[in-house]
Amino acid sequence: MAESKPDTRRLAALASGARLSRSQVLGLVLALAGAVVLPSFISDYRAFQYTMVLIYAIAVLGLNILTGYNGQFSLGHAAFYAIGAYTAAIMMEQWGIAYYWTLPVAGIVCLVVGFLFGLPALRLEGLYLALATFALSVATPQLLKYDPISPWTGGVQGVTITKPDPPFGLQISQDRWLYYFALAVLIVMFVCAWNLLRGRTGRALKAIRDNPIAASAMGVNTALYKSLTFGVSALYTGVAGALGAIAIQFVAPDTFNFYLSVTFLVGVVIGGLASIPGAIFGGLVIVFIPNFAEQVSKAAPWAIYGVFLILFMYFMPTGIWGFIRLLYARFTRGRLATGTPRATHTETAATNAKRRNA
Amino acid sequence: MALLEVSKLEAFYGQTQVLRGLSFTLEEGSVTTILGANGAGKTTTLRAICAMVRTSGELTFDGQRIAGKATESIVRRGIAHVPEGRGTFVRLSAEQNLRLGAYARRDAAGVEEDLERVYGYFPRLKERRGQQAGTLSGGEQQMLAVGRALMMRPRLMLLDEPSFGLAPLLTEELFRILGAISRERQVSMLVVEQNASLALGIADQAYLLETGRIVMSGSAEEIGKDESVRKAYLGY
Amino acid sequence: MDQFLQQTFSGLAFGGIYACVALAVVMIYQATDHLNFAQGEMAMFSTFIAYSLLHHGLPYWWAFLLALAISFVGGVLVERIVVRPVEGTGVLNEVIVFIGLLAIFNSMAGWIWDYTIKPFPSPFPKHVPFGITFVGPHEFGVIGVTLVVLAAVFLFLRLTPVGLAMRAAAQNPDSARLVGIRVGWMLALGWGLAAAIGAVAGIMVAPIVFLEPNMMQGILLYGFAGALLGGISNPVGAVVGGFVVGVLENLVGTYVPFIGSQLKLSVALVLIVTVLVFRPSGLFGYVVVKRV
Repeated sequence: MAESKPDTRRLAALASGARLSRSQVLGLVLALAGAVVLPSFISDYRAFQYTMVLIYAIAVLGLNILTGYNGQFSLGHAAFYAIGAYTAAIMMEQWGIAYYWTLPVAGIVCLVVGFLFGLPALRLEGLYLALATFALSVATPQLLKYDPISPWTGGVQGVTITKPDPPFGLQISQDRWLYYFALAVLIVMFVCAWNLLRGRTGRALKAIRDNPIAASAMGVNTALYKSLTFGVSALYTGVAGALGAIAIQFVAPDTFNFYLSVTFLVGVVIGGLASIPGAIFGGLVIVFIPNFAEQVSKAAPWAIYGVFLILFMYFMPTGIWGFIRLLYARFTRGRLATGTPRATHTETAATNAKRRNA
Repeated sequence: MALLEVSKLEAFYGQTQVLRGLSFTLEEGSVTTILGANGAGKTTTLRAICAMVRTSGELTFDGQRIAGKATESIVRRGIAHVPEGRGTFVRLSAEQNLRLGAYARRDAAGVEEDLERVYGYFPRLKERRGQQAGTLSGGEQQMLAVGRALMMRPRLMLLDEPSFGLAPLLTEELFRILGAISRERQVSMLVVEQNASLALGIADQAYLLETGRIVMSGSAEEIGKDESVRKAYLGY
Repeated sequence: MDQFLQQTFSGLAFGGIYACVALAVVMIYQATDHLNFAQGEMAMFSTFIAYSLLHHGLPYWWAFLLALAISFVGGVLVERIVVRPVEGTGVLNEVIVFIGLLAIFNSMAGWIWDYTIKPFPSPFPKHVPFGITFVGPHEFGVIGVTLVVLAAVFLFLRLTPVGLAMRAAAQNPDSARLVGIRVGWMLALGWGLAAAIGAVAGIMVAPIVFLEPNMMQGILLYGFAGALLGGISNPVGAVVGGFVVGVLENLVGTYVPFIGSQLKLSVALVLIVTVLVFRPSGLFGYVVVKRV
């Protein structure tokens, strides 16, 4: 029948995320609407927190592109965030350039640096890449404090940045304006990422992640893709860094350390690996879980944070977004289900199978 | 009472069902073969016995239920599994591989005896005892896998496509040795094979598996003479 | 020349500690295919336990052994209770759990023993035997103790049946099960051993860097670096790597003037990464040939 061919293609596109189903579009519209009206209901400080959520979401998406979609492990993204932040700081305070120009510049600088880092990183796999990026994270604060460049970087004390005013004389607070600015940037960058990842490029990246030998045997220029992915990933994180500097109004070397890189990774995994909506949840987790942990225990908040991390991995191994998708599938499948699954001798066999498939 | 009793065995890889209610028995001291084409579920059957896949149904070995138990405790009851792909410990030496077969045993003297016996069956392994197992040829690794299983002094050996990837002469020799082992050591065997004629050559009982169900059963002689089996699996 | 020898031996002393951490990391890696980021914090926690034992009046070497035993049991429990549920669910999930463990151990140590820096005693006599002058008494003792511990672990792994079973379980868990090895317990054993070795490292280094919850972080990094430099698949390589890193760090810090302590860590790491770019599997590791 003539119907079946386009139907299969449509199904495949829906499954891979290349097309959005009706319910997905609806969900997206609702989320956007919610995001737009949010600042009207909350205090300036909360608006600032949610701005940080958006900013971290961009950074997390950057890392997700590299680690989730392309399988390259990075513990060094704090460096790119730092580069973005300092680019913004230097441009705004040293050269008096308007804040919105800092984003594209930060992005391009990080694209280049990321690409250059990605080139030697081609030789390193898995753990070794982790160590190399780890080294990058550790080196970053030390390099930022390096005396010869302190006229620009402000050395140990860092640089303070003036908060920008809303344009066109809009009657809203600076914090709220920054929220909308960040939201606009986020939407643009997320749409770009979606476009990039749903087409040939996305498939190439995933192929490289899942089976690099087969990918190159099929003609994918693995080396080029991998380095470019590093660059693009750095670009996203750099833009986030610039935004972060503007929002916090301050950059200092010690904040861009290994723990920041780990925080991004936590956001990626708990938000949802290889997913774009997951990045938003990642941002939420990064901003709010530490706060929450502190409320639970003033004396040992990081212990609570650690417990949260572990519990998330037990109960939501595919991340928050993965969990939501699972729930959604359960509920929609419920209409078509034909019976309950059989009781099986599951425990050890399933665990064995899991170990084997890992 | 049969050594191995399988009743209404079902097996799943994730949501996919591969075995659809297998029932068969294996008598002590016999060699049974399960034949079938690719994808029929032969390997899955052996893995189900050792709890390496999700199963439901009854599995009884030597009168005791083994369904639902962990692999390592099932094999300790006397079942040795020679897996698909040999399962060699590639970074250890050949002899270390063999000795690992005796890991769960407590009788040191018996272990040494059995080691010499394995080297007797497979002199090539003795020559290469100190060599890293991953550097052995396919045929040698197969011998190593069988040897390792023998070191367990099992009552039942499960062999998963022992002929796979081996040259014809080598395969014949291997099956000859398997036949000898079964007679001399009184080891019962369940051999899963695509190469029907070789398997029927040493078997007493045979089952034919198609898409997860047993479609034919009988003595090896009967099955070997059956028209449809001959045409489909023996090539004449 | 004298200074060179001094710095080299000082480097070897730290190298011994890095080698211990590197070995612990490699053991868990060989058993689970993952780097345990929490290794340093677990070692630090063990050191605090030793500290408490000492403050309850236990003689040094009894406190040392008891702390090791407690760490061993602790490592086994952590693997069985915390790590087991995520085993096999993916690298990144396990990494997050390790990070969680790291946060928990660090925070609990700070909560129980607070963050003030504490001195930790050295058990070694005040004079180095054989009239050696280029290495201090504690450093000499550290080299000795770590060599003994490492040798004991090697002998265990290479010569005992359980050691062989552990290696088998790590290399090929499915086949190991087929010969009756209880793979889960082998993993737990590996964690226990790693925790004990880490405890040795912590107790040995505490007199030098002073005891506080963040004391192991730099050391852990160097331990990782040493393990990777030597080749993560090779315990001997990891140990050698640890010693090399120790010496390298010290010599770079001493002899390259414009580096100083600010960039010492970065430079050492850059050097290691450079080595890895040319020898991706480390100095002694072997390349795993990948078949599609």
